[in-house]
Amino acid sequence: MRPFAYHRAETPDAAVKAAVYALDGETHAPPGAPVQFIAGGTTMLDLMKLDVMHPRTLIDISGISGGIEIGAGGLRLGALVRMGEAADHPIIRRNYPVIAQSLALAASQQLRNMASLGGNVLQRTRCAYFRDVSYAQCNKRRPGSGCAALQGMNRQHAVLGASEACIATYPGDFAQALIALDAEVEILGPRGTRRLAFAELHRAPGERPDVETVLAADELIAAFTVPAGPWTRRSLYLKVRDRQSYAFALASAAVALEIAGDGDGGAVREARIGLGGVATVPWRAREAEAALRGKALDEDSARAAAEAAFAGARGLEHNAFKIELGKRTLVRALLEATRMEVPA
Amino acid sequence: MSLPPSEHAPQTGQPLGLHPPDLRAPVPVRLRVNGMEHALELDIRTTLLDALREHAGLTGSKKGCDHGQCGACTVLLDGRRVLGCLTLAVMAQGFEVTTIEGLAGADGALHPMQQAFIDHDAFQCGYCTPGQILSAVACVAEGHANTDADIREYMSGNLCRCAAYPNIVAAVKQARSEMEGA
Repeated sequence: MRPFAYHRAETPDAAVKAAVYALDGETHAPPGAPVQFIAGGTTMLDLMKLDVMHPRTLIDISGISGGIEIGAGGLRLGALVRMGEAADHPIIRRNYPVIAQSLALAASQQLRNMASLGGNVLQRTRCAYFRDVSYAQCNKRRPGSGCAALQGMNRQHAVLGASEACIATYPGDFAQALIALDAEVEILGPRGTRRLAFAELHRAPGERPDVETVLAADELIAAFTVPAGPWTRRSLYLKVRDRQSYAFALASAAVALEIAGDGDGGAVREARIGLGGVATVPWRAREAEAALRGKALDEDSARAAAEAAFAGARGLEHNAFKIELGKRTLVRALLEATRMEVPA
Repeated sequence: MSLPPSEHAPQTGQPLGLHPPDLRAPVPVRLRVNGMEHALELDIRTTLLDALREHAGLTGSKKGCDHGQCGACTVLLDGRRVLGCLTLAVMAQGFEVTTIEGLAGADGALHPMQQAFIDHDAFQCGYCTPGQILSAVACVAEGHANTDADIREYMSGNLCRCAAYPNIVAAVKQARSEMEGA
């Protein structure tokens, strides 16, 4: 690990000011992002040890408190709330089960006790060629160097949203719940707070896979807001992986449904679908949602929605299995959500 | 938002300013471990795990992968289980750190979880055991040890290459009863 300057910020404003101050000191364009916020540190320190990330300044925001606020209009999750705290929150578990499950099925309890929600959505890909600096080719790590995964071992890589420059999978789970539920993100910067649809936070790789989000270097995620809706209670997160626990998704589905008559074969009024493990960014399957609207949810309509979700999928040598796995994961998630007993 | 220059400067009383002259110079780090204060001088890059093992002389916490994948370095921060290898020592200041060395009573009486691991032969080589035991203590305290399935799920961050898992589940169940009865 390379040495770094360390500063502890006690408030979000102080953290942003410290970032502005540190960035001021960066007189020439440095490789990678020279100033980073650190909260749980579970991605940051891992990648610093691997020399994938080498910030010159770390601004410690772990002492800033997060908060969970629940009202009639929805849910507000402070960015510094730890994953484990939100996963175990009784009202989130009851009213927003897809959020609680996406967090509980991620990582291990130790990591969930450390990692912040803000850091979680910004976690970096698990692509082996990104994580191992002995590979010369990685457009995400060294822009313009090429992509070793295209012709390499690409079993875990994305079948949706990939480009010629990058096929790395976005690894997170929580983001799929946020994108499905139309969450917004509150971003604090030197010029105040701005709000963004969560779906606009991450950038598809295109020709610049090194630029993963629309956040500026001196901007900090302050909170996520999730609007209430009749679909949030009939929601779940299904995660399929190589081992039953403590593994990244091969395919996952975050689904939320509003069904006329609340179940019992009624027509789908609203379907919200996020897909994980299969795409380069948090993935909203709007085509699948449109395919379900107005139909009774059964094996056939679920399968048709899954076909729509993966119509644009492209498989490579080792990851083509994810297309069928992703479809089946979505079908199972939809059918399970249809059968959920939803508390009154 | 425009601020006078003084407000941009690092706050006083912090472990380090933003741009100290030598980033490799040791910095003072105070850790409270198992009820004892340790005043250490550490490279800023030092993890809590390395601070415990190499500077505080507490080698019970083990380094397996050093990347947050095995759980051998699990310690408690104010009772919360975390990974020492992915925690900077400087960021562990102000917390009560509990390691395997701090689990037994002052009279040497084993913690019920330690005794349960012995009773159920819940290890073979023992390398993962300190992390398993601390993780298990927290697992019970969190209320995540109510069923065998829960124990397996919530202990999944602690790998055991000797595959003592069935005995670990049995040990956690035994200790749970005693801890909850206490």
